Amino acid sequence: MLNVTEMLEEIKNSPYREIEICAPHTGRVNFAAIQQGSKVEGPHGLWKEKPGTLLCTLDRERNPKPIAAVEKGELCLLHSELEGCFVEAGTRLAVIRHLLTRDEVQAAILKKALHLFTAPERAKYYFVPEIDKKVRTSGSQSVTVKDGMELFIMSRMKREVPLVYTGPAGLIYAVYFTHTSNVDAEQPLIGVCPPDQLAAIQEVIMRVQTEWTEQG
Amino acid sequence: MDNSIEKRIQSLSERLNYIRDIFDNKHTEDVNLLQGRLATFSERAEAGSFADPFVELKSLEDLFGYVEQRLDESVTPMDKVRIVRHPQRICLRDILENVYDNFTEVGGQDEHSLDPSMLIARAVITRRRGKKSYVQSVMVIGQEKGHGEDFRNGGSVKPWGNAKAQQYMKVAETEGIPIHAYIFTPGSYPVEDYPGAAQQIARNIYSMAGLRVPIVSIISEGGSGGAEAIGLADKRLMLSHGYYSVISPEGAAAIEGRLKSGQRATPELIEHCASCQKITAQDNLHFGYIDAVVQEPPLGARPYHFDFFRQLRQEVVRATDEVVISTRLLPFFKGVALRRRRRVDLDLDELHIRWGLTSAAKDRLVERRQQKFLKLSRNACRDRRPWFSKAMAQVGNMLTAPYNRFKYDIYRRHQRKMEMFFDEIDNEWQLFKQRLFAPWYKLKRSLPRKAKNDDASKELTALSTWTGDARRRKWNYISPRYKIDRTITCPNAAQYGCLDLWGPDLFAEFAGVCSYCGYHFPMEPEWYVKNVFDEGSVFEFNSEIEAGNPLNFPDFDERIAAAQKKTGSKSGCMTFEARINDIKVVVAMFMGTFRGGSVGAAEGQKFVEAAEIAMKNRYPLLAYVHGTAGIRIQEGTHGVIQMPRCTVAVRRYIESGGLYMVLYDTNSFAGPVASFLGCSPYQFAVRSSNIGFAGPGVIKETTGMDVPPKYHRSYHALSRGHIQGIWERPQIRANLKQALLTIGGRNLYYR
Repeated sequence: MLNVTEMLEEIKNSPYREIEICAPHTGRVNFAAIQQGSKVEGPHGLWKEKPGTLLCTLDRERNPKPIAAVEKGELCLLHSELEGCFVEAGTRLAVIRHLLTRDEVQAAILKKALHLFTAPERAKYYFVPEIDKKVRTSGSQSVTVKDGMELFIMSRMKREVPLVYTGPAGLIYAVYFTHTSNVDAEQPLIGVCPPDQLAAIQEVIMRVQTEWTEQG
Repeated sequence: MDNSIEKRIQSLSERLNYIRDIFDNKHTEDVNLLQGRLATFSERAEAGSFADPFVELKSLEDLFGYVEQRLDESVTPMDKVRIVRHPQRICLRDILENVYDNFTEVGGQDEHSLDPSMLIARAVITRRRGKKSYVQSVMVIGQEKGHGEDFRNGGSVKPWGNAKAQQYMKVAETEGIPIHAYIFTPGSYPVEDYPGAAQQIARNIYSMAGLRVPIVSIISEGGSGGAEAIGLADKRLMLSHGYYSVISPEGAAAIEGRLKSGQRATPELIEHCASCQKITAQDNLHFGYIDAVVQEPPLGARPYHFDFFRQLRQEVVRATDEVVISTRLLPFFKGVALRRRRRVDLDLDELHIRWGLTSAAKDRLVERRQQKFLKLSRNACRDRRPWFSKAMAQVGNMLTAPYNRFKYDIYRRHQRKMEMFFDEIDNEWQLFKQRLFAPWYKLKRSLPRKAKNDDASKELTALSTWTGDARRRKWNYISPRYKIDRTITCPNAAQYGCLDLWGPDLFAEFAGVCSYCGYHFPMEPEWYVKNVFDEGSVFEFNSEIEAGNPLNFPDFDERIAAAQKKTGSKSGCMTFEARINDIKVVVAMFMGTFRGGSVGAAEGQKFVEAAEIAMKNRYPLLAYVHGTAGIRIQEGTHGVIQMPRCTVAVRRYIESGGLYMVLYDTNSFAGPVASFLGCSPYQFAVRSSNIGFAGPGVIKETTGMDVPPKYHRSYHALSRGHIQGIWERPQIRANLKQALLTIGGRNLYYR
């Protein structure tokens, strides 16, 4: 049984992800004008085309390579003792503490709580007609699936093949595909949760939405 | 208060606001005087304290008229820019309603149009001869600013709007009616979606260069490429308070002040740029880029200036008549008719002349138009060729032209017929010989044969050998950057995981191409000259034509001198004859290293002469664009006129049967792409190059739209249908040879 409070508390206790910034190759390190504890930006812009905050440059064969922050967060560790030193590839240079956003927390919880059924190959997917009708009229959570049930139609280049659901029985909690676009192989199609856990999951999502405060 | 008095007060109040807007906090004393007098009059009129308010109102209106007249003398170029942008400025619909007797919009209505900023209408003008009246049709094409209507986009036409204009120009050509093009645009809308801003403007200019009907254009706001899209005309009139320029004064100020995106230029710098660029009607008349100025009322024409519309009608009709008359053969009648039409007191509505042309007159019309543009701006560059060599070149031209005509048009044509005849005889003989000697061949095959040479069989069966030519191949020229003692990171390293490249390898052996992802680093123009063409075959001509400073733009002489010193070249265009595997070509190379590859009068002149030499000698013409940032803004309209001028040269060359190809490298943007480069039917690009109308910064500023990274990359241009193929740098020579042989055919130049 899903323990909502425990799960939320667990995330609340460490509401961040630590990202290690390592040297991609050997070279001499020159840190940018940045201090441990300062805030850094990740790649931004509409297409993430603008690089994040410059952390340091790694100079190899007179080729200074800028190393930028990959996520927004706080620089919780900066190995400033390495300033001017020659480092090996893989040497840890800094650690960014990235505070989880509401969406990230939600995704993490759903990943733990739901069974994700993935696409076997890149194609367009549809529900079989009777399921599709049910989803349209009463929503996806009204559909109960069980192992071996014929659930999808996989359509690729006019070739339509039925696809059987494999996994634990439960309700379709989330649908991750649309009938207009292709889904890549190994990408989730649906998230299934056992019927008795539905209320718990809904509660946890609601609590994340209401209680989780995003950091600056 | 009387209703009519209230209306006239309202009208004066609008006039006052107009003065305030166009002078932008200047002449405050005059503005305050008018404001005070108007306020006093309004108060007293409302209180009813005037014995005869109409007399007082008349005197107030006279005062407004007097002040406007006086202020008109001190209008600066930047004030004119504000005049043409003002919502009270006349727009095309006002002209259609007041200049023409009747009209029907054919290119859509209001916002229900493919592009509401491009207005197209069939209009009629009624004229009389004696008691008989004649209705003459014209195709009116122009940008519509719509007094500030949002959907008109300020007269900034999208590519499909220009395509619509081109379509109706062709309709006019089919119907044989003249075209009146009214230019009211700050510039074209810089999006790359098909048909593409630059490419469509290029197509429009190319079409107009050979359109077989009279074209008269009238410029009010002539903003660079947008204006040229409908501006190539037999007669170009300009409204006295309009402007015609290569770039908006704000854009010029941003470049001059080296401002980054988001920074704003100071009003002083903008005013300075507007005045240095010589954008007014009087300046352009002096340069010869327009044929006449239509005088507007003080401070510019507004929709209630009905006398102005009458005058504009006369001028437009006069211009059309003159174009038609100038195609006539009989010089005496032509002279008389032209002289008569130049009389100012003549009412042209009372004098009818047919606007239809015979086929021969249409030929003369197009020839005159093309010659007119080819002659423009010749004095705007420094031509340091001694008079003797110029004279010798002319004599050479005179001699070689008939020789080439004889060689290619008479001798070669018959030679081909003879060859075909002998080919056929040879075919028959081969067949006969085969049958005659068939028994002998049969006997020969049955005799025991000598074993085959091992080397020969290896040569025939092996795919390659270690000692093959390809492996020993060295570049004829290596970039000086090969001495760089460092590694270089490929810009695509994050995406494709390219490892660092060792500088000497990258710039020598790899020819500036990343060996992991194929990204092409920019190379010097010399690399192409020496590695693409046969060694020792390059013969440069017209190197003495130098880029100058025809507008005396402040500090620009020094900047040109610095560019000349840096590159060792006198202008941004190098023209030369060369060979590729013994195929002779004429090449015009635009060098991105010389002031960003911008095109001015010198570059245009060299390109036009290269096209003429290629046409004369029947060689293929290649425009190799190492890089071009657009038209050189410091040369103003001397630069922008190169767009129609060079396109005319290209059209003449292509129509004479030539093969014109364009190869883009690094960055190619703006005017040149939107004219003589974009009009080529065969355009190729070197990989990793960028092609477009305006850069991301300009797009963001003009449209407010963010453009995705790599928006202008050659692969996108290929997907949008702007270019025909993408070549790898080390393969340019082979691809060029292949293209010359396959596109040009066996005889390369000729159809």
